[in-house]
Order: sequence, then C-alpha cells, then structure tokens
Amino acid sequence: MPMLQTIGLNKRFGGLHVTNNVDLTLEAGEVHCLIGPNGAGKSTLFRLILGEHLPSSGAILFGGEDITGLKPFQRIRRGMSVKFQVPGIFKALSVRQNLEIAMQHHYPPAALGEEIDRLLAFLNLTADSTRLAGNLSHGQKQWLEIGMAVSLKPRLLLLDEPTAGMSPEETFATGEMVKRLNAEGMTVLAVEHDMAFVRQVAHKVTVLHLGRVFAQGSIDEIVANEDVAAIYLGQTTAHETAHEAAHA
Amino acid sequence: MNALSRFFSRLEGPQTLGRGPGFWIGFLVVLAGACAYPLFSDGYTVGNTVYFFTWIFMALGLCLIWGYGGALSFGQTAFFGIAGYSYGILTINFGAAYGFTFVALLIAIGIAALFAALLGYFLFFGRISGVFLGIVTLSVTLVLERFMAQTAGPEWKIGAARLNGFNGMSNMPPLTVPWPGGDIVLFPDVQLYYVVLGLLVLVYLGLRILVNSPFGNVLVAIRENPERAEMLGYDIRKYQLGTFVIGAALAGLSGVLYTSWGQYITPSSMGMTAAALPIVWVAVGGRSDLTTTLVGTLTVLAVFQALTIHGSQYALVVMGIMLVLTVLLAPRGLIYALARLIARPFTKRQPGDA
Repeated sequence: MPMLQTIGLNKRFGGLHVTNNVDLTLEAGEVHCLIGPNGAGKSTLFRLILGEHLPSSGAILFGGEDITGLKPFQRIRRGMSVKFQVPGIFKALSVRQNLEIAMQHHYPPAALGEEIDRLLAFLNLTADSTRLAGNLSHGQKQWLEIGMAVSLKPRLLLLDEPTAGMSPEETFATGEMVKRLNAEGMTVLAVEHDMAFVRQVAHKVTVLHLGRVFAQGSIDEIVANEDVAAIYLGQTTAHETAHEAAHA
Repeated sequence: MNALSRFFSRLEGPQTLGRGPGFWIGFLVVLAGACAYPLFSDGYTVGNTVYFFTWIFMALGLCLIWGYGGALSFGQTAFFGIAGYSYGILTINFGAAYGFTFVALLIAIGIAALFAALLGYFLFFGRISGVFLGIVTLSVTLVLERFMAQTAGPEWKIGAARLNGFNGMSNMPPLTVPWPGGDIVLFPDVQLYYVVLGLLVLVYLGLRILVNSPFGNVLVAIRENPERAEMLGYDIRKYQLGTFVIGAALAGLSGVLYTSWGQYITPSSMGMTAAALPIVWVAVGGRSDLTTTLVGTLTVLAVFQALTIHGSQYALVVMGIMLVLTVLLAPRGLIYALARLIARPFTKRQPGDA
C-alpha cells in the first residue's frame, strides 16, 4: 500500500486552475522530490496534502485512509509532519522550549528532558538550547524546525524547500540529515529547487508544470529529459502550446 | 520526580517571571505584609483595598487570554456584567441563608463561562482572530450594555429582581458565610478582605501552574505562530476556547465580588470606558506575565483613584496617556520593564537573551 496517494486532484482559485488532475504516488520508505519552475503549483499541491487548502475535486489517501476532508492537525496526528519554507519556529521562545512544545505529548514527562537533549545533540544545537529561537542563524532555524517536525516521529515528512537560503555546506549537511532519517524508516516528500540536494537524496523525482505532472522518474532520467530542460529554460514544447491553446 | 512534585514545580517556569528562593521569600514577605495590613489600618481603607483586589481577577483573566494566548479581547467586562447581574438576580430572589450566596457566586461564574463558551465557539471555530476578535468582543459588550440600559421599566424584572436600567440593580445581599453563632455577612471590611486575599493568592498560584504546564506551552506557541502550533498536531481552536472561558470565568468572579462588595451593579460596568480599562491595566503592567499584570493593575487602580479623589476630572485622560506612553516606551509593559531592570544585576545573562 502506498504511503501517500493523490487521485485526480484539482484545485481552482477562481478561473485559475492551479492543480490540474494530479496523480501522485509515494511508496513507503522513498524520498520523493517535487520540482518545477515557479508557478508550477508545487506549493499548492503541498498545501492540499497538508489540508491547508481543500481540493476542488479528487482525493488524498494517506496509508490507505481517505484524508481529503480532514483538518491539518488531524493529518498531523495520523503521522504527517511538515517543515515550512520560511522557518516556522516560535521566535520569542528558547530553542529548548520550541522542542518541548513539539514533543511534550509524544513522550512521558519523566523521559521528555532526556529526549530533548538527544534531539538537541542530533541538530547540533546543544550549546544554543537557552537562546531565543529568533536569534539563531538562518541555517540553525531551518534545522530547529526540521527537528520539531521530526520529533513527532512521523511516517511521512513533508519538506518545503528545506535548503532555501542555506550555504552549500549547510545544504549538504541537511541532505545527509534527510538520508539518515530516511534510513530510520521515514518517507519524505520534498519540494526543492536545489538540484544538488535533489541528486543527493531523491529516489524519485516528479516534475510539475502548469499544475500538472509533467514528468516522473529517477534524477538521471529527469536530467536527461529534454522537455524538462525546455520548461526550465522558459520554453514551452509544442505539446504544451497546443494544450494551452485548447484551454485559452 | 513524581506527578505531585512536577505539579508544584510548575509554580515557576519559562512562562513566568520570578524564580528561586529569592523570589519566593519576597512573595512570602509581601503576603505577610498583606495579611498584617488590616491591623494597621481602619475598616474603611481595608474595604477600599478589597475594591482594588476585586478587579485583579478580571485583569489576570485578560493577561491569560491576551498576554499568553495573543487574542485581544474586549469581552472581559461583558462577562463581568453577566456574572454580576446573575449574582444579583439569584440572591435577591433566593436570599443569603444557608450559604446560598456562595452557590450563587458559583452559578453566576458558570453562567458567564457558558456565555463565553458560546461566543468563543463562534469566534475561534470560525477562525476569527486579530483585530476582528477585538471588534466582535467589543460589539458584544456594548450591545449588552445597551440592552441593560433600556431595562428601566417595571416590566423588566426576573422574580423579585428589578433590572432597573441605568439606575442599576441594588440591594442584593453581600457574600454571607453560614456560621453556627449567626451568619457572617462579608461587608467591605476586614473579613471580606481576607476572603478575597485568599482567593487572589489561590488564583495567582493556580494560573502560574497553568501557564507553565503543557497547556501553557501550547498557549504561547499559538501566540507566537498559530500555523506551526497546528502543524504540530494541536487543535488550536480548543486551546483558544479553553483559555477564553477560563479568562471569562475570572472576569465573572470579579463581577460577583464587585456586585457583592457594593451591593450594586449598573450597565455602565459594561460600557465603553469600562471595557477599555482592563486593557490599560494589563498593557501598562506587562501583559506577558501574571506578576507584572497583578502589580500593574494595583498600581494603575491606585493612581486612578488618587487622581479621581483629588478632584481631577482628567483621570481617564491620564489613563490614556499612560497607555500611549507604554506602547511607545515599553511595549511589554512599564512594570515588566522595571522588573527586568531590577532583576538584571542578579541574573546571569544568557547569550542571546532578549
């Protein structure tokens, strides 16, 4: 049974067809990257999966269960977790308290302190535990949020541009972190622009373009695909032009 | 660490200023002073102090809703009024015998809390937040005031209790403790002082435990970043509603104590001015902390009364200026800023501490 499945997913904002009949399947244990030029509908698809938007039509299955109508927090409780593009942390609270808020209902109170220490060490934030989260460096904020997302012990981890604004070294370290989490059994879906990161972690890549699934395959297949190269260079293929004309 | 000691360890934590033996010794000294105070004062002044104390519950409730939960509510005085009127209607009809006034106190607070639950359900489950929450709660408060203001006619009565429009409802019995040798009527004097002081200590310590608990953690998380809080699996609407109801119940407690204190309540206790004042107390003190809210409320009330007594008609204008100065100079509160200043030499600064 797939971990996550979207079936004929559509989302319209007024006349704008942002998500167009998307069928996406994530097998358990895979790292799946979602790429595509700006405006391809990646963020919308992400928000549909999270439940921040409700689809105009179509269904979303999570571990075989239909979660199409569920609220975000209900999806999180079923084993999803998310890291946002702009670090979604509690800036005025200490790093430690950020993690405590994430973890307090997932561990018995007696074991909570130790678990937080362990996660702080994993995130390289032990020395910063009493600092206010808002005073961390950008990369540290990203890691703190990944830590909060991971601490829920999710089956499926959703990452929205996890390496945005990171240095190449930080990007690489983040990639290694994702691989380690995946090795522990976490399925990962990441929206990402950084092709080095995608190459580092992805088992499978889906290219979105104009709201539709444009291509799918391994990173090598995608890189070799001339149509994909064309849309990234801002050209549309003959097929695309015909499609747009039909919709106009 | 067993559950009980964990419970009491939450008297201090990241969400409250003041920790360690120094703070608690100071707390006990202040408490001892407050206990001894009636010995050195006369009944009238003590009764006046009780009047100050009655408002603090409402302020602490607002501190919880606004300072910790991040939801600015102008509704506190509505719940204050509902509970005050409920207490009046109940006790005028059923009297004060057999300790009924305390039953009426609980029922009145319950009615205010129920009303808050109903209103809060539509607000929070309808995802109303920010400035709109303030507008809706203020509107509800003013509608209640308008409604009560037009109840002057004799047809507006519930049992023996005339609502009396702007003249106000009066002559309800004060809180009365049943006692073998004859009931103790708690007029604004030393006995009422100790009862209210006891309640105050209980509520203050109880709220400290609440805000440092996992519930309090989620509350500040919602204030800081509601989307992230929801994406950690919390149904934030339930937390917001719970907080709103607790805050309303505390406003209700204030309403009952006030009504019982003066044996009088009027619609103006829910008017525009009344609705704005708690905001001033809490903002000037420092809304993000219970202790600064408590100290701030007492200070502002004392200043306000001093100004009014000495013939200044500009007490409200001074309140307004205090609010503006706070917002401009010490957005986290004047007392809060002062507390940080005093505490600075005694605490090691953490790297990156604000």
